[in-house]
Amino acid sequence: MSTKILIPTPLRQYTGKADAVEVEGSTVDELLRNLTERYSALKKHLYTEDGKLRSFVNIYVNDEDIRYLDHGKTKVRENDVVSIIPSIAGGGQEM
Amino acid sequence: MVNLKRAEAHLSNEEIRRYSRHLIMPEVGLEGQKKLKSASVLLIGAGGLGSPLGMYLAAAGVGRIGLVDFDVVEYSNLQRQVVYSTQDIGRPKLEAARERLVGINPNVTVETHQTHLNSENALEILKEYDVIIDGTDNFPTRYLVNDASVLLGKPNVYGSIFRFEGQASVFYAKEGPCYRCLYPEPPPPGLVPSCAEGGVLGVLPGIIGTIQAMEAIKLIIGQGDLLIGRLLLFDALRMKFRELRLRKNPFCPICGAHPTIHQLIDYEAFCGLAPRPEDRGRVTEWEITVQELKTKLDRHDDIFVLDVREPHEYEICNLGGYLIPLGEIPSRMHELDSSKEIVVHCHTGRRSQRALELLREAGFKKIKNLVGGIAAWASEIDPEMPRY
Repeated sequence: MSTKILIPTPLRQYTGKADAVEVEGSTVDELLRNLTERYSALKKHLYTEDGKLRSFVNIYVNDEDIRYLDHGKTKVRENDVVSIIPSIAGGGQEM
Repeated sequence: MVNLKRAEAHLSNEEIRRYSRHLIMPEVGLEGQKKLKSASVLLIGAGGLGSPLGMYLAAAGVGRIGLVDFDVVEYSNLQRQVVYSTQDIGRPKLEAARERLVGINPNVTVETHQTHLNSENALEILKEYDVIIDGTDNFPTRYLVNDASVLLGKPNVYGSIFRFEGQASVFYAKEGPCYRCLYPEPPPPGLVPSCAEGGVLGVLPGIIGTIQAMEAIKLIIGQGDLLIGRLLLFDALRMKFRELRLRKNPFCPICGAHPTIHQLIDYEAFCGLAPRPEDRGRVTEWEITVQELKTKLDRHDDIFVLDVREPHEYEICNLGGYLIPLGEIPSRMHELDSSKEIVVHCHTGRRSQRALELLREAGFKKIKNLVGGIAAWASEIDPEMPRY
């Protein structure tokens, strides 16, 4: 069973420019593990060195934040859409 | 909706003519227009988001508009910062923006705060306004604006952009989540590119900025459903809007049940940023200035110049360096000779700082980051070089 994961613009450079990836798995953890196995450069952007999801990256199943579901153990079904939402700071000014 | 404390405003006949398209709508009407006139809004950042924000809020008749910025207008602003004209180049942004906004609507008072917003001045500046609008371009200021808005009990109309993608929301701790509920902590420096590094399509801040302006007006006139508790996502390439639910985090350190933050903190340190070389006034052993590099190159020292920008940036201008984009450094490190003296550079010095850290972790010792990047080279060494 595969579920669609939407990749945000800043992370597309690590997925060969793909904006959506279909991945196998029945929980969010499984999906993300399979995703980062396929695209290893993504791993350090999603996880800290001790394997925790980074605090500036939020994961949504459909329109709900997994922090308010069952975190990584949140079950996903075939037609669910998983979104990775990192914080972005740009305001169109110069640095 | 925000609570407007000031006495009810009076509209002149000229103002009634000016705002007639508002006045004939029941959702605004005379009452809403008077609320707008009584209201005050603070725009933090007079850049890509601040341009449409300022112009539409002035046109709509928001009585008092405050602007915070400290930059001057540059060529590279004009692709998206539509409040400025070509003849404004070199002028302080706030001076040019004030002229333009008052030109659009002379009934509006424009207050300028020509300063770098920081923990010392933020509460003092923000407390004078009903609605705060975050149009900044960096994480320290975003957390600062959030925390100051929460501490003062003000709504914070949020917008953020990157390349083709934008986010918008209204953070109002009295009624919903704040920015820290969404993202408790910022990314470590270098992991997320800024607009100056990643680029942004010029129209995008126009779209996100006008969404922020709409939310600010709705807050003032008390109409409609606000983006409180909702994160609006916009993908311009696919022309899609999506919406995610935001919840108030009961453990939020500033707006949760037991807050641990009661005053403003050091946001540069919070975001892991060391003071920039230009701020601390000296370079470290891991840095090299453009003048030093020029001297070494002129002497034909054996230096390996590593460029960690993207190929399309290399095409615009380069120092003849060896190109490995930052994202490819981990997998292509073996192409570099650690026994050689390496100078790594990018556009402004931030990505190359990250590259330097990666290479240091991998054991490279003779490596220096070019302070200010190729932009500093163009302004200090080679005036013929195109600047972007």
